Amino acid sequence: MEFAELIKTPRVDGVVLHRPFMPTVEGTLCLTGHHLILSSRQDNTEELWLLHANIDSIEKRFVGSLGTIIVKCKDLRVIQLDIPGMEECLNIASSIEALSTLDSVSLMYPFFYRPLFEVIEDGWQLFVPEEAFKDLESMVLFYPWNETTLFGLPKEDEEDNIALWSAESAFTVDEAVMMRAAQPLTGTNGRRCKEDEKLINATLCAGKRGYIIDTRTIAVAQQAKTRGGGFEQEANYPQWRRIHKAIERSNVLQDSLIKLVEACNDQSHSMDRWLSKLEASNWQSKVKEILTTACLAAQCIDREGASVLVHGTEGTDSTLQVTSLAQIILDPACRTIRGFEVLIEREWLQAGHPFQQRCAQSAYSNGKPRSEAPVFLLFLDCVWQILRQFPCSFQFNENLLIMFFEHAYASQFGTFLGNCVAERVKLQLSQKTVSLWSWVNRPQELERFLNPLYEPNNLVIWPSVAPQSLLLWEGVFLRWNRSTKCLDEACQEMVHIIEYNKELQNKVNSLRRQLAQLETEDSPLQTP
Amino acid sequence: MSCTEVWWSEMEHIRMPKVENVRLVDRSSSRRTQVGTLYLTATHTIFVGKGSEDRSELWVLHSLVCDVLKHKASQNGYPLIIHCKNFQVIQFIIPQESDWHNVYISLSRLSRPEKYEELYCFSFNPNVDKAEREHSWDFLDLKAEYSRMGLPNKLWHVTAINREYRVCDTYPADLFVPKSVTLPVIIGSSKFRSRGRFPTLSYYCKENHATICRSSQPLSGFSARCLEDEQMLQAIMKSNPGSRFMYVVDTRPKLNAMANRAAGKGYENEDNYCNIKFQFIGIENIHVMRNSQQKLIEVSALRSPSMGEFLMGLENSDWLRHIKSIMEAGIFISKAVAEEGVSVLVHCSDGWDRTAQVCSVASVLLDPYYRTLKGLMVLIEKDWVSFGHKFSHRCGHLDGEAKEVSPVIDQFLECVWQLMEQFPCYFEYNEKFLISIHNHVYSCHYGNFICNSQKERKDLCIKEKTHSIWPHLWENKLDFMNPLFKPDQSQNQGLLRPRTAPYCFKYWRRLYNRFDRELHPRQSELDCLMTVKEETQQLEEALALYEQKLAVLDKERAKTLYMQKGVLESKQALWSSPLDTSLANTPQDYIGGFIGGAPNVFTLQQGERESAELCLFGDKPKSSDADNSDQESGVADFSSHSSGEESLPSEDSVKDPDSDETGPNRA
Repeated sequence: MEFAELIKTPRVDGVVLHRPFMPTVEGTLCLTGHHLILSSRQDNTEELWLLHANIDSIEKRFVGSLGTIIVKCKDLRVIQLDIPGMEECLNIASSIEALSTLDSVSLMYPFFYRPLFEVIEDGWQLFVPEEAFKDLESMVLFYPWNETTLFGLPKEDEEDNIALWSAESAFTVDEAVMMRAAQPLTGTNGRRCKEDEKLINATLCAGKRGYIIDTRTIAVAQQAKTRGGGFEQEANYPQWRRIHKAIERSNVLQDSLIKLVEACNDQSHSMDRWLSKLEASNWQSKVKEILTTACLAAQCIDREGASVLVHGTEGTDSTLQVTSLAQIILDPACRTIRGFEVLIEREWLQAGHPFQQRCAQSAYSNGKPRSEAPVFLLFLDCVWQILRQFPCSFQFNENLLIMFFEHAYASQFGTFLGNCVAERVKLQLSQKTVSLWSWVNRPQELERFLNPLYEPNNLVIWPSVAPQSLLLWEGVFLRWNRSTKCLDEACQEMVHIIEYNKELQNKVNSLRRQLAQLETEDSPLQTP
Repeated sequence: MSCTEVWWSEMEHIRMPKVENVRLVDRSSSRRTQVGTLYLTATHTIFVGKGSEDRSELWVLHSLVCDVLKHKASQNGYPLIIHCKNFQVIQFIIPQESDWHNVYISLSRLSRPEKYEELYCFSFNPNVDKAEREHSWDFLDLKAEYSRMGLPNKLWHVTAINREYRVCDTYPADLFVPKSVTLPVIIGSSKFRSRGRFPTLSYYCKENHATICRSSQPLSGFSARCLEDEQMLQAIMKSNPGSRFMYVVDTRPKLNAMANRAAGKGYENEDNYCNIKFQFIGIENIHVMRNSQQKLIEVSALRSPSMGEFLMGLENSDWLRHIKSIMEAGIFISKAVAEEGVSVLVHCSDGWDRTAQVCSVASVLLDPYYRTLKGLMVLIEKDWVSFGHKFSHRCGHLDGEAKEVSPVIDQFLECVWQLMEQFPCYFEYNEKFLISIHNHVYSCHYGNFICNSQKERKDLCIKEKTHSIWPHLWENKLDFMNPLFKPDQSQNQGLLRPRTAPYCFKYWRRLYNRFDRELHPRQSELDCLMTVKEETQQLEEALALYEQKLAVLDKERAKTLYMQKGVLESKQALWSSPLDTSLANTPQDYIGGFIGGAPNVFTLQQGERESAELCLFGDKPKSSDADNSDQESGVADFSSHSSGEESLPSEDSVKDPDSDETGPNRA
């Protein structure tokens, strides 16, 4: 096994672990193929198990023979390990570096992980598109088709044409559809494609109208023409009107995340510095941009009864943010746990968001970013913003969103491996790894993610996108910089209040029934 | 001059009692307007909408008006902007120029009363008799508060020296000083302090005898000494038998304190006072704070700002930095008292602004009592009202020196709010309570916050002529309760240790954007939990009753129960829908008004005009007709007293015409 070669020192005693807001732990550090483990070997202290895949970067420091390794994780946690002995420290550091940057997907932990729980409902079987559309899958590499897609597409279209030009997928609300696609390949000389025009135009019945929401500014979209891309000429799509919105390209996002996390970890305690760094990170602006565009798409559908086609360049990043958020706004089903899982499965995994590339590194990466970008995290942040504004309309709480963030970046489950369905099929993930859904949907786990205030709300929920209304997602960005004692207490109290209420209600109801029964027995002639 | 006379004299200022066809503009979208009639009364500006379905009304107290501005006339009419001290901004468009001018002149005069007698509290006349009104002033008893702290005791007693306000006219009549100090020492010390505000007790910690005392700055200049003042501090230090020194905290920046020395004032020289540890805490003065809040208000009132504009504005206002420095001062003092058991003397220049802030923040941190409804009232009554915080000057109740105005008490309330954010279970009250207090500090609706000192209030017979706010708030306490409050725990909690990292201080949207309904969460966790708790209480009662019934099995009584059943049934699903549907179901302005037929929902934002293609469906008129407003988009929302969240019973700005809180203007 090649892991053994990478582990120069498997075990060091007398290592001290420092974590913010937790007592220091002294114990034995062990390195395995996939984990960094620190155990004090005492019954009552918690062991630290850290996936190598969760490690974003490390720093080494030496004072005499005492070495210190600062481990910075993709979930934004920073821990410090004091390791006696310079050589041990160097060995541990280089081993961690090697193990946390393995290139081969098949060496990832999900391929080795065996669940300790019984899989009752196999997550891999949960959201598989209908058998009938299997043939399409090979043809449309990034766009597996599911029933909603076909439901939204007119019958007379030949499916082959779709894939050649740009690929669409659809979500329907009444008669209006929401579709997503990549940019059309018009190029500088205004190439046209009859099939694409026919397909898109045929989506609309006579007299209906539609909006094409291009997530790029007009300038960026113009530039794309020089690389063979472009946008729809309205003359060729007469029932459609195009709107340009400015959502940043994914490569800018990584820089934004790095700056934001840097601001959150700033120790200077200066208010000016904090606010100016927060502003300079531009993260909150991006949250606002994306939410605004999603609201616009939802508004076209709900208020105008118009169909919407969303695309950026590839249709795998900003497009997905917009379409999935619009569905959360419009569709109450997406605000349940199961519905949200379906949404992630359909709008992110099957739509071909390149999770593996985008989540290869997080906020502490030192190297030059290749294709890393917190596109999915930004989406989760936007969901959290809506959740904050409608705290009673979601079946799940913040913990579910945080869990998705963690697992997108490092996980024992295979769900977020690979960059598209085709890759996942090739990796045989469904046979060789466990699905995240198999674990999340167990009643024991679900409990943690339930929102006690949830009451199904069938309305469309329109969030405010004003800067005054958008908050910093502390649950992720300040998670490791604060003590949650008081907040946990508040959560528990909330649960207690509601459970006590339900308990009383049940008691009162049963007593009432009892009384009513006695009453009818006593006075059978009385009319109820 | 009697109230009626004042009222008539105010009527003279009204050049224009009624203007028809005035438009009230919705702040969230300037295209949404409501047409109605504007009335000017002696106490209120009233707008009555001409809406077909419900006649919504907007009532604005003149005393809450901060300024009135004329904006540039447009083809629609003549805009008048009213800024209120509770951060409400109202825009009217008046059709005729002459009316516009008359309303402007009238309102400008009415909102700047020159005499106390013109203030609303002197004409406010709820239906209560004289005895009841007098009784309202007995609701809080500071003597009881000191005895709750454990005073008087063998070391501290009340001195009668200021009974006639002769030693210090800005202090209350009853003051606690160490028993060991003699009258000549107090008088000597008072002569050595600005405005005669000698060191006196503000808070006493019964567990360890440490105290928080307060005063003004000493008149030390560059070298002056005062034996009595030194003896005074020595006595305070010795009244805490457990400690060998005391802190003297000067809340000003060191530079400011040093500058004061040139004027013969200054700060304590450690060499002259035995066993003191002297400490500067740099809280800025009232002028800096006033400018800071002005900038903050400008930021909060920006219409659809970008995220960058908002955050930059927040940073440039420096507001949160000031809140943080006040909080840190409070933390320093509370730790000295609770953890070190050391007494602290706090002062700034005059000892009625920063000193009041810092002492009261420290008290909230130290004592769980001040985290209860009654406790916060007592604290404000003690540290602010009785100790001569200059409410009239700071809140600009009367037309006068603009330089005296400063949001000193706003900052205290905000510190409490910041603490509530960090400790959601430790406060009995919720933020509506703070906002309500804020409103009434400025509203001049009740007499509590009128004048600058106890003496002035006595001279003006405030207790005889006006009503007290506290019983009114207490009656409505159900609205102000924090459902997450856990009393037992809070009692044991003792000292709060808040975090002061910059990101722990947040923008208080509920206060500064209080009237921008569309900016707040559409469902309120607080309201939801309050409803559940209320329902739980009813269930508990029902349960007890049912159990009793079952036990007795009394047929007759079972029948009455049967009737109650219906009531409970109707309440079952009550808590499940605190959703403000009218708003929740209304999309905001997510892009310019490009989508054809919904002009009222959209306003074209700058920067959105980047492309002509934005203008969709050119065949449709891009309507700018502001009158074309639909119900759904919230024009009817002005009558927000129908929504649970906004309708604080103590509110006067949005007022139910049937309310009993009406003045003579209703006559």
